[in-house]
Amino acid sequence: MASKTITLRVFRGDDKGGELVEYKVETFENMVVLDAIHKIQAEQDSSLACRWNCKAAKCGSCSAEIDGKPALMCKTQVHDCAGDSITVTPLRTFPLVKDLVTDVSWNYRMAAKIPPLTPTKETAGKPFNMQQIDVDRVQEFRKCIECFLCQNVCHILRDHERTDAFFGPRQMVRIASLEMHPMDSLNRREQLKGEAGVGFCNITKCCTEVCPESIHITDNAIIPLKERVVDDYYDPVRKGLIAIGLIKKRNKAPLSSVPNDLTKIIS
Amino acid sequence: MEAYETFEYDVLVIGAGGAGLRAVIAAREAGCSVGVVCKSLLGKAHTVMAEGGVAAALGNMKSLDGQNEPDSWKVHLTDTFKGGAFLNNPRTVEIFAKEAPERVLELEQYGAVFDRTPEGLIAERPFGGHKYRRLNHVGDRTGLELIRTVQDKAVGVGMSVHMEVTLTRLLTEDGRVVGAFGYHRDNGKFVVFRAKAFVLATGGWGRMYKFTSNSWEGTGDGLQMAYNVGAELMDMEMIQFHPTGMAWPPGMRGILVTEGVRGEGGILKNNKGERFMFNPDYTPALYKGQFAETPEEAARWLDDKKANRRPPELLPRDVVARAIYKEVEAGRGTEHKAVYLDVTHRGAEYIKRKLPSMYEQFHALGAVDITKEPMEVYPTIHYTMGGVWAEPEGCATSVPGLFAAGEVAAGLHGANRLGGNSLSDILVFGKRAGEGAAAFAKTAKLGKIDNAQIEEELGVLMAPLSATTGESPYAIHSELQETMQNDCMIARTEEGLSRALAKVEELKARAKTLKVSGGTAFNPGWHAARDIRFMLATSEIIVRCALQRKESRGAQWRLDYPSLDAEWGKKNLIATKGSDRVNIVERPITPMTDEIKAIIEEYK
Ligand SMILES: Cc1cc2nc3c(=O)[nH]c(=O)nc-3n(C[C@H](O)[C@H](O)[C@H](O)COP(=O)(O)OP(=O)(O)OC[C@H]3O[C@@H](n4cnc5c(N)ncnc54)[C@H](O)[C@@H]3O)c2cc1C
Ligand code: SF4
Ligand code: SF4
Ligand code: FES
Repeated sequence: MASKTITLRVFRGDDKGGELVEYKVETFENMVVLDAIHKIQAEQDSSLACRWNCKAAKCGSCSAEIDGKPALMCKTQVHDCAGDSITVTPLRTFPLVKDLVTDVSWNYRMAAKIPPLTPTKETAGKPFNMQQIDVDRVQEFRKCIECFLCQNVCHILRDHERTDAFFGPRQMVRIASLEMHPMDSLNRREQLKGEAGVGFCNITKCCTEVCPESIHITDNAIIPLKERVVDDYYDPVRKGLIAIGLIKKRNKAPLSSVPNDLTKIIS
Repeated sequence: MEAYETFEYDVLVIGAGGAGLRAVIAAREAGCSVGVVCKSLLGKAHTVMAEGGVAAALGNMKSLDGQNEPDSWKVHLTDTFKGGAFLNNPRTVEIFAKEAPERVLELEQYGAVFDRTPEGLIAERPFGGHKYRRLNHVGDRTGLELIRTVQDKAVGVGMSVHMEVTLTRLLTEDGRVVGAFGYHRDNGKFVVFRAKAFVLATGGWGRMYKFTSNSWEGTGDGLQMAYNVGAELMDMEMIQFHPTGMAWPPGMRGILVTEGVRGEGGILKNNKGERFMFNPDYTPALYKGQFAETPEEAARWLDDKKANRRPPELLPRDVVARAIYKEVEAGRGTEHKAVYLDVTHRGAEYIKRKLPSMYEQFHALGAVDITKEPMEVYPTIHYTMGGVWAEPEGCATSVPGLFAAGEVAAGLHGANRLGGNSLSDILVFGKRAGEGAAAFAKTAKLGKIDNAQIEEELGVLMAPLSATTGESPYAIHSELQETMQNDCMIARTEEGLSRALAKVEELKARAKTLKVSGGTAFNPGWHAARDIRFMLATSEIIVRCALQRKESRGAQWRLDYPSLDAEWGKKNLIATKGSDRVNIVERPITPMTDEIKAIIEEYK
């Protein structure tokens, strides 16, 4: 591909307002959008703010909306974008800080509420013995790079602004990774049903579509979590059997919200 | 004076990579209140980018590989010394090799989910310079697993996280570190941290080179902050060139291709299709007879590790990087001045399972399908063996109140780090630094903050915003990168290094007057203005130490002094800040105990 000049329209502004500013950028072979932003910083306006770290789609820092589509800037090739002009705007769901940078600290605060892995008595303190097939599913969830693109597109958070009621798909993935861990001893279903708000999700799958790690967020994490909650709380047969003591609530003791006031995310 | 906020903790941890977060856990468990500061969001430090694995002699592959002896800390210790060309601090290596397995197993308890062996144990892969399969891994995203695990654990034990804060100065009282000063990246507000003890875990500095696997964070601010309050820096000439960085496309140049590719059987070829690592000239005497001598043997090793020796592609990094450099210099490189790394013979399914993120990285970013065609690779600046000297027991530096761990610290890796040893380094010494700082904090009181020191730093920070004339920090940075890349890279000479020194001096003078536009709210140009001074100061130290060490050892390859020198092998170079220049002295390495000597004799 010969180098050519493209136009980048980049949102510039802060919580007081802003506008799209046009920059002409000369491209090179396989240039990604993040390269173009860096070129603007180095050659035209060093005050343009964006986040990045790895430049290899591994850290989840450079999330933005490219021609309206949420994506990693370091993974989006300039020549994949239609036309000669590309529009880059910040994630819409989170409060704007400046230019392409938004305040994503809410995600970290919600994460802090999820009780961590708590090994069963038999396995605590000993090397785990687990087969690969037993951890495949958990490993899928642990691929998450916390880019928060899924949080950004979920309409519960984006359009209905229910950050007070739903932890969002990223945290569902996190809870699933713990709930399905072969050695975990906790039961996070009460939390899921309560403050984490799994019931809010109506399986639109928008989150799955944008995940750069191709995690099957809806099918493999959220739906099974919903089923577990339903099993414990709404299945009348199960409920009856539990009530008369014929079966126990699924293996582990239920656990409601664990307020983590130990960790403070200061920003 | 500008207003600033103040926070107080028993222990302040500077840096939230693996080392910093492991220190947080340790200091909390010792009963301290802990604050942690990082320049990026939580979980985005370099640690997240690590791919291949974490080295620890768990010995899980013994029955699979039919080894005669199980892997043990003794073999790991021996490999680490050999890899480091014996410039390592003996006690540091001993503690490291002994404690690494425990630290890795503990991660499992915290929630890490490693790949498994058929027996249900943690799977370990082969890596350069490691005698046995020893890299505990999760596909090729081990760093993500590691940082997320310690991040979640640290959140669980409780800490105050100050994200996107850059510290630029340590504040002292009578020589002891009592505070740290810096700014919020987002809104530009200034902030002071007071603590009884400080853990420096700020990682390495690769950004002064043009082609590097490091992110923007790798500017060496932590190193300079420590240096500026009198800390001793050691082995600063030792910078690791990872043999396989991406060479093409241009925007990706320098991005890492994990050694895991070679661990999984990847082979290196020049433009003639020759598998050049079999050239006997490339195998150092220390490793003669320990590697496969024919491609046939190397191929058999893939399935039968018992009867065959490792392929020579798995020699230590410095050795492989030099070989690639020589091939390209001799005109046997690709059109992009690189060599080929080919793993296609392992088959698409295997590659996608074992190296998923490499597959994705080349596919999405380089338009190369690594299951069908070879990659083009060339050495990239990757890691800094040198750094702040920290004694191994509690990681105390030479400055009271300041502890250091992880890539910013020196002592473990000597002249060359083995792959995988960094992720275990940050766990072992992150924990020890947290404990060391906690113990110090228990007996100390908060010190007094000296406003004059803050005023001085504010002056340095604010000047570029109000300057009417001056240069752009980006321009100076790119000249510095050019110089370091050309004259202080893999192959060094007196002439090249002297040229580099003169250039760095010139850039230092020019960087006295910088000018940037905009304000203090999330302004990368303003951040760059402070970073470039740190990078210039560090570059000067690197070049001066490289000039002084007149021999070739590990990462330091002097064309004008091409061999190992027994006398130089007995000493480290120590750099400290003088009144108007860098002081560099030679210091003898602590002698090995007889026990360690015997171990090395047995396992080498
Ligand atoms: C691409 C890549 C792949 C790698 N693969 C492997 C591997 O497979 N195995 C292996 O063992 N090693 C590997 N390494 C090396 C290893 O990842 C690093 O050496 C290690 O993670 C360093 O950890 P750390 O905690 O010391 O520092 P880092 O993870 O670099 O963290 C440094 C922290 O300090 C903070 N900080 C820095 N300066 C300041 C400041 N001025 N103010 C406030 N905070 C500051 C940063 O924000 C960050 O949070 C790899 C490295 C890279 C780049
Ligand atoms: S599937 Fe659920 S979590 Fe995902 S975007 Fe839709 S509503 Fe949100
Ligand atoms: S689940 Fe996927 S989209 Fe969501 S934060 Fe993780 S990596 Fe990003
Ligand atoms: S910079 Fe790390 S994901 Fe884009």
